[in-house]
Amino acid sequence: MSKAGERLVNGIVKENPTFVQMLGMCPTLAVTTSAINGIGMGLTTTVILALSNLFISALRKFIPDRVRIPSYIIVIASFVTMVQFLLEGFIPSLYDSLGLYIPLIVVNCIILGRAEAYASKNPMGLSFMDGIGMGLGFTVGLTTIGAFRELLGNGSVFGFRVMPSGYTPITIFVLAPGAFFVLAGIIAFQNKLKLNKAAKEGISPENALCRSEDCAGCMNSLCGGRLAEGKLKETVKEEGGAD
Amino acid sequence: MNILLIGIGAALVNNVVLSQFLGLCPFLGVSKKTDSAVGMGGAVIFVMLIASTCTSLIYNFILVPTHLEYMNTIVFILVIAALVQFVEMFIKKYSPALYKSLGVYLPLITTNCAVLGIALVNVQKGYGLIESIVNALGSAVGFAIAIVIMASIREKMEYNDIPESFKGTPIVLITAGLMSIAFFGFSGLIK
Repeated sequence: MSKAGERLVNGIVKENPTFVQMLGMCPTLAVTTSAINGIGMGLTTTVILALSNLFISALRKFIPDRVRIPSYIIVIASFVTMVQFLLEGFIPSLYDSLGLYIPLIVVNCIILGRAEAYASKNPMGLSFMDGIGMGLGFTVGLTTIGAFRELLGNGSVFGFRVMPSGYTPITIFVLAPGAFFVLAGIIAFQNKLKLNKAAKEGISPENALCRSEDCAGCMNSLCGGRLAEGKLKETVKEEGGAD
Repeated sequence: MNILLIGIGAALVNNVVLSQFLGLCPFLGVSKKTDSAVGMGGAVIFVMLIASTCTSLIYNFILVPTHLEYMNTIVFILVIAALVQFVEMFIKKYSPALYKSLGVYLPLITTNCAVLGIALVNVQKGYGLIESIVNALGSAVGFAIAIVIMASIREKMEYNDIPESFKGTPIVLITAGLMSIAFFGFSGLIK
């Protein structure tokens, strides 16, 4: 397989940002009230991710190492602003339903994470494909969650009624709590698969699961969890040493 | 009276984490122990107040007069990132005790989407300086309430018998969902 194709598969399947890496949880939960919103948010993020990866990769030899994070943020924020105007002008309905979460793409861990992990070290073509792959992976994740919530909470998928007319929609699934429940269910299902696989191969369940919240949205040091845990441990050590 | 409504609305009715999904990373990541949850809550209150004050001032007195309103996302994220760095250095120098309790959480807050989110909400809703500050305070207090409750529940859950596949993140998310339902109860406060 060509290298570019490999980046696509990698983003959509192997390192799927939603299901495998658990990145970008805020938009994942907030905008997935329907499948169409999921696709809209996913594709918007894809465009920004691909363009910012391309641009950052092109500038990778000019950006000094020490100011790279602020530089990346400026690049990403510029693209977000542009895309925001394009949406407002051409697809106002999507702009209205995504609302606040369009400018918040700036702080989406996926984009900064890919800039730091991939685009800053690889040539332009591959970085662009990496952005497309990751973006499509994110789109698949959001659309799946969106379709699931829409099906349970509204009885339809992409606006088409699927459930029989006797079905009473469980409205809670299109409200805020439903987002938490659906995501919890999906992760538990994945854990179950991993556990079954581990049982066959004779691995202990502790090792089979990526336990705890280290994984929940916090792969790189820029986002919450892992850094927090690490830093807390350091502080505890320092305090322990002082006693 | 109006201002009171904005504050209560931001803290309880439209809770940042439980109904707007802002700041989920720290909410899931730093809610294992009540102590660290209180620290994180305190740090968020502190940073969000300062950030919203600054962004509101910049927006109303620099961006609006120069007709650069469309630059708000870029300007806000840079201001917040710089501000957090600055606050960290300042506290480290002048209040080591405060630094010891808040310090570790400060760098994490830059990418906390709640801070940028609230700054943008202030602009979208056309809040002035005072309203922005009240909204930021309310939202941050809401975040602190949510994360402290979550941490207390998780400490109790340590001893529960949870199905293997639900351990870790899934049970935390389900707890968050139940809390979110409970917070719906506040929606009657504001019409």
